[in-house]
Amino acid sequence: MTVYTMRTIRSAVSHFTASGVGILALAPLYIIIVNALKTPYDASSMGAGLPLNPQFGNFATVIDQGKLVSAFMNSVIYSVGGTVLAVLTSAMAAYVLARHRRRSHQFIYLLLIAGIAIPTNFVTLTKVMQVTGLIDTQLGIILLYAATQIPFSVFLMYAFINTLPQELDEAAFIDGCGPVRTFVSIILPLLTPVVATCAILDMLNLWNEFLMPLYFLNSTANWPMTLAVYNFFGQFASSWNLVAADVLLTILPMIAIYLVAQRWILSGVSAGSVKG
Amino acid sequence: MKNRAYPTWFAGGALLLYGVFVLLPSLLGLGYSFTDWNSYSNDVHWVGLDNFATIFDPSSTYVSAIQNTVIFTVATIALKTVIALALAILLTSGVRRLSYVYRAIIFLPAVLPILVVGIVFKSILDPEVGLLNSTLQLIGLGGLAAQWLTDTSLAIWSVIGVDTWRGVGYIMVILIAGLHAIPRDYYEAASLDGASRRQVFQFITLPLLMPVLAVTTVLNLLYGLRVFDIVLVLTNGGPGYVTQTTYLSIFSDFGRGQYGVATAMSTVFFIVMLGLSFLTIKIMTRREVA
Repeated sequence: MTVYTMRTIRSAVSHFTASGVGILALAPLYIIIVNALKTPYDASSMGAGLPLNPQFGNFATVIDQGKLVSAFMNSVIYSVGGTVLAVLTSAMAAYVLARHRRRSHQFIYLLLIAGIAIPTNFVTLTKVMQVTGLIDTQLGIILLYAATQIPFSVFLMYAFINTLPQELDEAAFIDGCGPVRTFVSIILPLLTPVVATCAILDMLNLWNEFLMPLYFLNSTANWPMTLAVYNFFGQFASSWNLVAADVLLTILPMIAIYLVAQRWILSGVSAGSVKG
Repeated sequence: MKNRAYPTWFAGGALLLYGVFVLLPSLLGLGYSFTDWNSYSNDVHWVGLDNFATIFDPSSTYVSAIQNTVIFTVATIALKTVIALALAILLTSGVRRLSYVYRAIIFLPAVLPILVVGIVFKSILDPEVGLLNSTLQLIGLGGLAAQWLTDTSLAIWSVIGVDTWRGVGYIMVILIAGLHAIPRDYYEAASLDGASRRQVFQFITLPLLMPVLAVTTVLNLLYGLRVFDIVLVLTNGGPGYVTQTTYLSIFSDFGRGQYGVATAMSTVFFIVMLGLSFLTIKIMTRREVA
């Protein structure tokens, strides 16, 4: 009986602590939601009170003023484009680098994954972007986004490919498949789990990326959501209701995706850090 | 056979993108660090070590930016690791039912753009009307209310606190996976031997979790040294320069057109990170052998 009571108390304390932390994690989201619906006066303190007179018009104002539709489209183009490019080039590179056991290939692999740590030199990168004519272009941002995601993607895929028996591709090769056909029809389908993990992590990083657009996109028309919300915040810093509405619309797609795909996102996050 | 079956050009796309956008700028940076490159003139002159002398002048804001970055990094590593480990243990052994729900909720801040987190906390930490100070007053702790982002000795800790709030769930999720990967047999053997909870933690959980803790430390380290978004929004390096960080100082020099100094600062950072990349590779690839 006492053991049972102890266990109940311990469990109650645990749940109490966990919900406390959960509330702390959700509080800012709650603040954004209630204030997004307030009048400018009620929102001036960004308080926790419920909106007495919900102002759904705030969203219309924000969509119009914050150029949210074009920013949303840009964010989709950049993060999807960057992710697809990074995942595809990384899978191809990881495949050949993992299969060759030569020193030269080992070196290329290490050089690529050193990029997990190597920081971007934004100043000289500006020069590179200017010379290549990619500065302030959508294509430029997509290529840049892909480049930043390649090191970690190669790292994850390389480890995964090492677990696939080489007999598979050798058999295909002996049956007369060329390297491209072997990769596309034998290897790529087997890579589905790691491709999904990489795609999720890359998307998450790229959707939230702020620094590169800040350096390399001057035209308002090319801005992604993060840059748009930053500028909106700068312009309307005193209208917290509009800032909150703008922020809410910015994070809504991400939260929707998170609610649907949380299982994959949570397991993707630990892939590569934890084996087995 | 090897070269025909696994043509090296398959690696070409990744190498090209990585080479042009990551390696090339870093190598160019090595050269431009020794010049007076700026936005006012098209001529670039060799100035030797002048830029580095500017950066490492003890009274310069660059030195304090580097110090702040190190303080931020060390503090966030410590806080995120300790809190995330406590939460991970709570959610794997204390809480059984609803554990998954708690995990998903606590992770949520990690899917929000860092920038957005900054904007929201800028309002919460507002000294006059912010939620934090008004809540403290409401529960009778008004004495603890403070100028969170404008007090010179407090500002950096507020930034550290906000970033810990944002990043702790991510680390927790990795640690939970690490805890799940520890074979149950060890715990069964320990309970047969009558080990206390503390002993189990000290002699089983902690040592077996070390490889995962090493990885989360590297992730926190790499993030901490590059911190930018959250500081830009919360304090923009202020008040004065007390929360200025490496990336922030590079960005402001870039904005002022002082490309030479900004590149030299980037190069210093590049060399430090190159050193750390060996450590990173070692820690992250170690488990491939095991």
